[in-house]
Formats: sequence, C-alpha cells, structure tokens
Amino acid sequence: MQAKVNPVGEPLQYADVNRDVIRSLTQTGRRYYIALATAFGLTIVCFFFPWFYQLYYGLGAAGMNHPGVWGTYLANFIFWIGLSHSGTLLSCVLHLTNSTWRKAMYRSAEAMTLFSLMVAATFVMVHVGRPWFIHWALPYSNQMELWPNFRSPLLFDVMAIATYLTGSSIFIYMGSIPDFAAARDRTAGWRHHMYVLLSMGWRGTDKEWHRLGWAYTFLAVLIIPLAVSVHSIVSWDFAMSLVPALHQTIFAPYFVVGAIYSGTAGIVTVMFVLRKSMNFEQYITEVHFDNLGKLLLALSLMWTYINIVELFTGWYSGTSAEHEALKFKLFGYYALLYWEMILFCAVAPLLLISTRFRTSLVPMLILSIAINIGMYTERFLIVATSLSRQYLPDAWGLYVPSLVEISILVGSLAMFVTLFLLFVKIFPSVSMYEVKETMGAPGREFPEKGTELWPKTQ
Amino acid sequence: MSLVEQWRKSWEKYSKPGYYDEFDYAWTMSIDLDKCTGCEACVTACQAENNLPIVGEEDFSRGREIKWIRIERYWVGEYPNIKLGFIPMLCQHCDAAPCETVCPVSATYHNQDGLNTQIYNRCIGTRACAVYCPYEVRYFNFTTYHWDAPLEQQLNPDVTVREKGVMEKCTFCIQRIRQAKDRAKDDGRRRVRDGEVQPACVQTCPSQALVFGDRKDPDSQVSQMIAMEKSRAYRVLEALNTSPSVVYLKKVDDDAS
Repeated sequence: MQAKVNPVGEPLQYADVNRDVIRSLTQTGRRYYIALATAFGLTIVCFFFPWFYQLYYGLGAAGMNHPGVWGTYLANFIFWIGLSHSGTLLSCVLHLTNSTWRKAMYRSAEAMTLFSLMVAATFVMVHVGRPWFIHWALPYSNQMELWPNFRSPLLFDVMAIATYLTGSSIFIYMGSIPDFAAARDRTAGWRHHMYVLLSMGWRGTDKEWHRLGWAYTFLAVLIIPLAVSVHSIVSWDFAMSLVPALHQTIFAPYFVVGAIYSGTAGIVTVMFVLRKSMNFEQYITEVHFDNLGKLLLALSLMWTYINIVELFTGWYSGTSAEHEALKFKLFGYYALLYWEMILFCAVAPLLLISTRFRTSLVPMLILSIAINIGMYTERFLIVATSLSRQYLPDAWGLYVPSLVEISILVGSLAMFVTLFLLFVKIFPSVSMYEVKETMGAPGREFPEKGTELWPKTQ
Repeated sequence: MSLVEQWRKSWEKYSKPGYYDEFDYAWTMSIDLDKCTGCEACVTACQAENNLPIVGEEDFSRGREIKWIRIERYWVGEYPNIKLGFIPMLCQHCDAAPCETVCPVSATYHNQDGLNTQIYNRCIGTRACAVYCPYEVRYFNFTTYHWDAPLEQQLNPDVTVREKGVMEKCTFCIQRIRQAKDRAKDDGRRRVRDGEVQPACVQTCPSQALVFGDRKDPDSQVSQMIAMEKSRAYRVLEALNTSPSVVYLKKVDDDAS
C-alpha cells in the first residue's frame, strides 16, 4: 500500500480530499476539451446521422433480413444494459457489506450504470421499426382506450428498465448531495449557483446525515433485487420464445451473471482511465484493481459454467432442432466469433488467479477491454446464431450487420463517453465524504490502528 | 354496467380453457400435399390480392422478400435416391399463438373468428412476433416499397398498403371474410355459408389442394375433408403446442417404404 500523503508530505487531511476532488471539477485542461469535442462529434456523425438516415429509409438501412429480424441493435441494447449492471449493483452490495474499498470508486461506477442505461434506452428507439410510436408501449390512459399487452416480456422490459433508471438515478443523486454541498462551499460563479440547486440546502446537521444514511441503505436494499430482475427480464425476451437455442431456463441467471461480468470489467476500464486522467492515484489504488480482479475471476468461472450448462441442455434435449442450433453455434458461419468469445471471456480471465496480474494496471486494462469485447460478441451471437437456425430449414439464413449498424455501435460508445465526460465535471467523481469517513477525524495521528485506510483485503 | 362487473364477466369468459371455441367462427384451411403440385399460383394470387410489395432485386437477394404464402422446398433422402419435397407455408393462425403474447402493444391478437390478426396501424415494429413465430411466416417492411406507375392502379382497394417499420402476414384474406359476414348479416342470415368465402390462394389453386372453411360447422367441406382423411392429417410443429388452424394432409408416397 502506498502512503497517502499530500503535497507537503503530511498525511492526507480532509481539506486535501476536498482540494483534490474539486480540482477535478474546476480545473479543465485542453485535453479534456479535445476529448469532449471528439466524443461529441463522433456521437453526431456516427450515431445520429446514420440513425436519421435509418428513420428516413426504414430499418432496411440495417443488415437485417427475414430469419434474422433482430440484429446488432438488440445486441447493443443487451450489451449496454449489461454494462449498466455492475455499477449500482456492486455499489449497493458493497455498501451493505461495509466494504471500505468501495468508497473511492462507487460514484463513477454508478455513473456508468446511469449512462449505459441511457444509451440502452436509446437503442430501444433505434431498434424498433416505428420509434415515433414508441410511447404506445407505455401504460398511459389515452383516447384509444388501449393498454399495452401486459403478457409481453417486452413490456416487462420497458417497465424494468424505467424502474431501474429511476432507482439508480435517485441513488447516485442522493449519495452525492453532501459532496454537492462541499463543492458549493468551495466554488464560485455559475458553478456555485448550480451546486446551490443540486445540494438542496444541505447543511450537514446530524439529522440530515442520519436521514441520508437511512435512505441510502434503504435504496441499496431496494436496488439489489431490482438489478437482478432487470436482466432476468431482458433474458425473457429471448427465453420465452420458441426459438430452439433461446428457449432455455438457464437464460435468466446467464444474463444476470453475464451482465455483472461485463459491468465489472467496464468498471475496471473506467477506473483505469479516471485514475490516469484525473490524478486520483491516491484514491484509486491497486487494492481496488486487486479486489475487482478477484470478483472478475469468480464471475468468469460462473459464466463459463453457465455456458457449459447451456451447451449440455441443448445436447441433452435430443431434438434435431436443438442439435442443429448447437452445431451451427460451435462450427457454423459464426464459429470464429464463438471461439473468440470463449478465449476472451472464459480462458483469458484465468490469468486473474495471479496477484501480480491483478495488481498490474495495464494488463488489467487490456483484460477488461477483452472481456467486454467477448461479452459483446456473446450478445451478438445469442441473437445471430439462434435466429439463423430455427425449426423450418427453408427459413434458415444468415445475418451480417451493415455499415449503418457498425457506425451506430461506434457512435453509441462515443455517446457514452460524452455523457461520462460531462458527468466528471458536474459530479465529484470520487465520493469525498465517504473517503473522509475512512480517514479518521482531523488532527488525529495517522494512520491510527483500526482505522487503516484501504485495508489490503476486504 | 360497472367496471368491476365488466371485469368479472370477462374473467368468467376468458378464464375458461378453450374459450376460443366460443368464437363465432373457427376458420381453418386444409392443404392436401398429395394434390399440391408446387406451381406457386397461390403465391401469385396472394401477391395480387393483398397488395404485397415487390421488394426488388437487391432486397430479395438479402432475404427480405414478402410472401404471405410460400412454397418451401426440401431435399428428401440421399443421392441417388433423392427427391424434392415441398410444402406451402403460410400463417397457421394458431389458437395459442406465441406472437400474440409477445407484442407489447397488442398489435397482433386473436379476433372473434379465431383469426390471428395484425393491426398495421398499431404496430411499432419490435419484430418480436417474427422471432417468436416458429413457422417464420411474419414479414417485415424494411422500407416503404413503391409501385411504379401504372402498377399502383392494380392495388386492391380493400387492403391497406403497409409502410416501413410494420410487420405483416397472411390474414386468411380477412377483407373477404368481412365482406361475407356483412352480406350474411344484411341477408338476415346468422352464419356465413360454407364456400361463400375463399382466400385468394384457395380460389386460385388449380388442383384444389387448398380447402378453406369453418371448423365449427361439421358439414363444411374442410371439416369433412379433415374427418375423412384423418389418418393423413397433421399440423406442422404440433409438439410446440401452438395449436395451428392449418391442417396438412400427408403425401401418399408409393416409393417411400
């Protein structure tokens, strides 16, 4: 563990935390503006222009065809929902289990949840044929006296995502109120006015802290089952169909594990970037990468197990349709992608068994990106391989994404980065008050026994 | 009638198993594969009757053609004892249709005639119904297809022209069924007579392999046909419990055994 010291060489004080974090809000370098401009430009050019073209032309702009009526848009949707899964969920679980190492990283993890959910919700609009009528999928009283179809897993999906989006945005906002207040007290100009509004008159009285703690724990307990249910419901979009390779009961846990897996890998990526670009070396340490690495290893083993179960049940069903789907998945047109996924998501993460690997940051970054590439492939394959081989051989076909779809995928990544870049300048991206909680009261000898900062194992 | 009372009544009606049988008609088609020559006259007739778009060379090569009824081809056996089999495939109008449960906006539903209907205006194009359909008979409008002049003159005025982003499929020529029902009502008759209504494919079939009628009427041609040919009758993918309304009569193959 590296020593936490301020520039003068003294142990880190409350004021140092405030200074470091608020500096990340107020001091903006040229690199930030270049990054923001690039990301925003890419969003417009790669996401919105092709999408507008698709709105004008129809979904024919994408590569979809008749057996493959679902394509990368749905894969993107699941991918982004999956990526959203770890942030808030992980933060809630770690909050309830009182893990101190969570405190420096949870804010950015939760932001990741929020923004990937927003991008995922955008993909619902991109995916459907007539997005201008998308509100019909919401239950609101209307002049047509029509309700949506409550039996539809797609409707469950709309509900689940709306709930999760609401829940996680309240959660991140509420957890940030004391930090907004701290920022309010240390900024001037328009920022000050913004934080006055955002901090909602927080004064830091005992009563306020008590209520915040109570409400925060309440929401954490609420969000954990919610997060699990959201991805289960997304999986039902597939599992409730009659398509041979999709009609499986393992799908709900499969999706939940896959989501947390890719989400955790996403957190590793984001933390690496935050640490480097904002000089948070004091706050985001090897301990975080070590712990996240352990989590990734456990998740990768679970994911591998579920994949084996999926193959086994397909084989064990003994029906020709399932066997054909299985054969196509393993050795068919998309086989290369399948084995790439196995390499990235099942084999490569075994490296995490070594502590040296877990605490080396650059290999962790590379692995986390590889895992997310593999997980994206998984989502693509779920859609593409299954729809290509259904019951009637006459309706077999292949689906290859078009240029518009690839561009929109790139654009969605840029959109996520844009939102995240805006976030780091508005929200204190490291929770100041919770980091301070781990530091002991000011004036005390540091480090004091029992209040050790970032214990090695948690 | 109060709302609660209404709910109670619907609950009583719809909670009974097999409530579809309470419907006015149960339109059924039987397809005799022994008579079918695979001439695709039904495909053409359907195209003309239902304003099916001609998607063009490019979209066709991408597998985006729209054919509400298609002739599926299968190779049976191994070379040299190889044969070409074929089977007309259209919407099976399942009584327990998977596509109906999945549509979030209820754009596809079961109507009073036991038909699986598609409401184009309500469709938002999630395409989930096409994935859920094991028969792959739902077709999506990938763009707004146009008819070059003067072809638009031959569009059937009784059938909607669909726009981009909408799912479509065989309706059992619902416009003809509606007309027949209206005529029956105007005449003061209670039910549509057997043979009074025929979808375009049935009307066109040169070998009369396709027979259409009301399953609820035991004397209708289709009921008689299915009862008579019981040993040959089967429904495609029956194991999936979708309970289709299209009954196929097996081909009698002398060489098979």
